[in-house]
Parts: sequence; C-alpha cells; structure tokens
Amino acid sequence: MSAVHAVRLGGGVALVVRPRAIAVGAVLVVAGAALAVAAVGTGEITLSPAEVVRALVGAGDPGTTFVVRDLRLPRVVCAVLAGVALGVSGAVFQALTRNPLGSPDIVGFQQGAAVGALVVITMLEGTGRAVSAGALAGGGLVAAAVYLLAREGGRTSGYRLILIGIAFAFLMTALTEYLLARARVEDAQEGLRWLFGSLNGRTWEDVAPLALGLAVLLPCAVPAGRALRALELGDDAAHGLGVRVERARVGLVALAVGLVSVSTVAVGPIAFVALTAPQIARRLTRAPAPPLVCSALTGAVLVLAADVAAQRVVPETPVPVGVMTGALGGLYLAWLLTISWRSGHA
Amino acid sequence: MTDASLCAERLTLGYDGRTVATELSVAIPDGGFTAIVGPNACGKSTLLRALARMLAPRAGRVLLDGVEIRQRPTKEVARRLGLLPQTATAPDGIVVADLVARGRHPYQRLLRQWSQEDERAVREAMRRTGVDDLAGRPVDELSGGQRQRVWLAMALAQETSLLLLDEPTTFLDIAHQLEVLELCADLHAAGRTLVAVLHDLNHACRYATHLVAMRDGAIVAQGAPADIVDAELVAAVFGLNCLVVPCPATGAPMVVPCDRRGASVLVEDPVA
Ligand SMILES: Nc1ncnc2c1ncn2[C@@H]1O[C@H](COP(=O)(O)OP(=O)(O)O)[C@@H](O)[C@H]1O
Ligand SMILES: [Mg+2]
Repeated sequence: MSAVHAVRLGGGVALVVRPRAIAVGAVLVVAGAALAVAAVGTGEITLSPAEVVRALVGAGDPGTTFVVRDLRLPRVVCAVLAGVALGVSGAVFQALTRNPLGSPDIVGFQQGAAVGALVVITMLEGTGRAVSAGALAGGGLVAAAVYLLAREGGRTSGYRLILIGIAFAFLMTALTEYLLARARVEDAQEGLRWLFGSLNGRTWEDVAPLALGLAVLLPCAVPAGRALRALELGDDAAHGLGVRVERARVGLVALAVGLVSVSTVAVGPIAFVALTAPQIARRLTRAPAPPLVCSALTGAVLVLAADVAAQRVVPETPVPVGVMTGALGGLYLAWLLTISWRSGHA
Repeated sequence: MTDASLCAERLTLGYDGRTVATELSVAIPDGGFTAIVGPNACGKSTLLRALARMLAPRAGRVLLDGVEIRQRPTKEVARRLGLLPQTATAPDGIVVADLVARGRHPYQRLLRQWSQEDERAVREAMRRTGVDDLAGRPVDELSGGQRQRVWLAMALAQETSLLLLDEPTTFLDIAHQLEVLELCADLHAAGRTLVAVLHDLNHACRYATHLVAMRDGAIVAQGAPADIVDAELVAAVFGLNCLVVPCPATGAPMVVPCDRRGASVLVEDPVA
C-alpha cells in the first residue's frame, strides 16, 4: 500500500488524493446535476427532465429554450456558484479555527453584512448595488474587527476568533433588529427580503460578478489547502514545517471572507450552508478536516436542494431559499451531531 | 566555535510584556545529542522555540550555518531544522501515514504535491520509528508511546539534519519513555544532531552527549554530562539535595535524591 495516494499527471504534476474523497465527489456531482435539472424544471410551467436537457443542448422548441436558458438557468447557476463559495469559505474557516462553529454565519460576517445592507436600505434609501456595497462594507468591517481583536501578542487563536466573532454576531443581530424596528414598513419589508437571501429573479447579470469572483478566489484555495494541512497540527508544528503562520492565517481569513462576500452580494446571506456543508463533507469523506473540494460540491448540492424544495413544497407561496437552507441544514447538522456523539466521535 | 551550526548569542526572550530569559548563549554541537534540563517554567521550551525561529528574540540572535536564522527563507530552514513541539495536535481521525506524510510539507510545491522522493522519505521514517505496521490506523486510537513514535516519524520525514524535540517523553510510562529515548539515541548514532528538552535528569545524563542546564531563564552550566553533573549542580538547578553516583548500567552520572532531612543512609557509606 502506498503511504499516500497520489495522482501523477505527468510533467512533474502530482496531486494528493484520497480514493474515498473521489467517490464522494463523484456522487455529489451526479446528485448536483440531477438537482440542477430538477431546479430548471421547476416553476410556473413544470418541465420534464427530458425537456430541460433538450432545451439545454439546443434541441427544444424556442419557447421552452427561452424559459430554460434565459429565465431559469441563471438562477440555478447562481445557486451552484453561491453554494461552492459558501462551502469552501466554511471549510477554510472551520479548518483554520479547528472548530466546527468557525463559520462566517456564526462568527459575525453575515450579521455584519446584514447591518450594512439594512443601513443602506432603511436609512439611505438605497437599492441594488448600493445594498450590496453596504453588505460588503458591514461584513468586511466586522471580519476585520474580529480578526484584530482576536490577535494577542502577534498571534491569533481559533478559539478567540470564534468567541469574539459570536459576541459580534449577537451585537450585529441586535443592531439589525433595531434598524428593522425603526424603519418605515416598506423599507423593513425590503430589508427582511434581503435578510433571507433569495435566488428569485436572478439573471445572467447577477451570475457574472459571482463567476468572476470565484474565478479569482478559487485558485487561491489550492495553496490555502496546503497551508491548512500544516496548520491543523498546531501553530508551532506548522511553523516547523516552514509555514509563515500568521501570514498564512491572514491570507486564509481574507480568502474565506472574500468567498462569502461574493456569495452574499449575489444572493444575500444564505444561512447555514457555510456551517453545514464542510461538516457533511467531512463526515462523508471521513477526512480529518473539512475537505475543500467536497465541501464546495456539498455546498452546491445543499443550495440546489433547498431551492428546489423551497419552490416545490408550497408552490403557491414559495419560501426564500435562505429559510429552506436554515431548516434543512439545521436538521441535518443536528442529526449528524447526534449520531456522532452516540458513536463517540465528535 | 566552528563545530556548531546552530547557536544562540546573548538572547533576551519574552512574551508580551514579560521577559523570561536574558543573556542566553548556547552552541549546539554538530552531531551531538543535546539535552536541555531544568525545573518547570525555567524557560526550556522558550529557548527551544527561539532556536527553531518560532519566537523572535528581544535582543541577541540565533545563527544557523552562520546566518541569522530569521533572515533565511522559512522553507529552506524547514529542510535543515525539524521541530517536534509540545503542543502538536493530531487532527481527529487522521491515519498514521497521512500524519507522517505532512512532514514533507517543506519539499512540496503547488503543482507537485507528491513525489517518489516523498514516498521514499515517508516509508523510511515509518520504518525507522517502527510504525510501518500502523500506517492505516487512526492516530487517536494508538497508545501514548506509539503516538509519540508517529510524531517522531513525521519529524523524520522532514529529513533535516537538525532535530529539536520538546519533551518527547512526557506523559509516557517508563518503558515507553526509554523506547523513545533509545530511538533518539539511534537517530543520533545515525548522524543526526538532536536537541531535546528532557524532564528526567538521569535520562538526560544517560542518553545526551551535551547538557544545557537552566534555571530561572538563565543557563547554569553546559557541557558533557560527566563533566558538569555533580551534587552542586543539581542543588543549583533544582534546589535538590542529592548524591551523584555512577550509573551501575552505563557509568553515566546518576542522581540519587536524598530524603528531606538531607541525610541518606548512603552518605555514611559512599558507593564510590
Ligand atoms: N505563550 C506564552 N505566553 C506568555 N508566557 C509564556 C508563554 N509560554 C511560556 N510562557 C512563560 O514563560 C516562562 C517559561 O516557560 P517555558 O519556556 O514554557 O518553561 P519550561 O519549558 O522550562 O517549562 C513561564 O513562566 C511561562 O509561564
Ligand atoms: Mg516546556
């Protein structure tokens, strides 16, 4: 048996892989593809998978092709990309803090983004891009504040990062409620709509910045994964292996915040995916830490599943996707934690 | 001193506002097995962390191959000097081969994550430490002694000629302590330069070729165990009243503590 499974691609390229991770990844891709077809088929007119595929490859009638390619596909692509961004972001955060709670939706980023968005919506009467900018500013400020406060004598501990982050999350939630309470009714409604996160009415114009953001950020996940494999052993051990610990940590936090930012701008704060996807992926692959690729795929599958469910469960009044991810993700995490506690592996 | 690739010159070390040690100068003999000994909290780990460029000195400098260590690229240093810290933690459920393989980090590049050379080094490290049979086992299911050997294997896979170990025997029972020390002695015999913080002065005298004795952030003495260890030194370092006799098994100095009243039956009838 080889000590480590490596795939040699020639030209000196060799990647470390685990067979189980490949199998899990393949299953997730198939599940994601099936869900994507189901999602495209969902809407006012239900389309069969065959019709969807025909329209996608350009062999359907013009009406269906328009519905599929221009109306529904952007929504599904948004769901996939947002899921990927959230999955990787959560995996990086959790590996970095060595804690399953170290997720941008627990440690204050999403709550900060919510306050930023609400300030723009309720106080500055802003819409569209201005709301996104407000969300980015709010999330970014909270992330920076949490990071700086968690620093102690030039180093940051994951534990401090999480505790300070949770404190900020509470603070921001209180601010959110205050902003909603003092806002005009229409503004409050608009604010609430943003807070749930939604895929409704997404067009190719919404996909573009998300895709661009991922094209820039995802390649950084490769060196990030390498640094994380060393950091998992503890700061001193990582240092001994030649990692510049604090510099790597700043880079990893920036990557995770960047990923959750592009997703938040495109679809709002979708709850629980960044928290759950890495934990689900970790258990499926039985990896020692959240695996980046499988977390990305799990994130995409979760958002797609939540979107299909949100539209199909009560078709007359579809719930926002964020409500659905919250419900699905929360239940699944509770179930996973229960069985793993029972079998003695937390 | 030409035979010491790693040395510290007049270090002042501390954390945040607090100074822990001043005026520390040590030279680590090449090819030697250096043990750092001293009471709890005297600054042994702090010195080791400074030698491994993990802690920036407030004053003074650490030289590796004649160059200030902090000015050399981190990765290059990681191929020259390995460290097994006291605080290393194995990720949940990680298997032995995977943990040992992480020692190859300093040799890996972005697109060439794993080479034949890495494979060979990992196998060799597992064989040397006798953990090759455990390759597929989760580290958290192993005994303390096995786990320590796995960590040593990880440090060995790094293939550095200098190896720094912080209390490699703590929390092990006596048989496993000796097993780890024998392994260290083998590595030393095979040509590696070892530096280890050791709790037990008798173990240090038995296995090390060079001792650095510390107290309250200062170095009390350094040299070969046979040259520096006597009742006076033990009293100065640990505040302990004792006899130092030759070990019946190895002839190395052996510390035999006296009882609290300062008298021992042996005092009236010295062995030597
Ligand atoms: N990370 C740290 N931050 C602040 N103080 C520390 C830290 N590590 C060690 N110290 C302090 O430095 C002193 C020396 O510690 P250390 O070098 O760990 O001692 P030893 O290894 O000899 O037991 C102790 O008083 C300890 O409390
Ligand atoms: Mg110590």
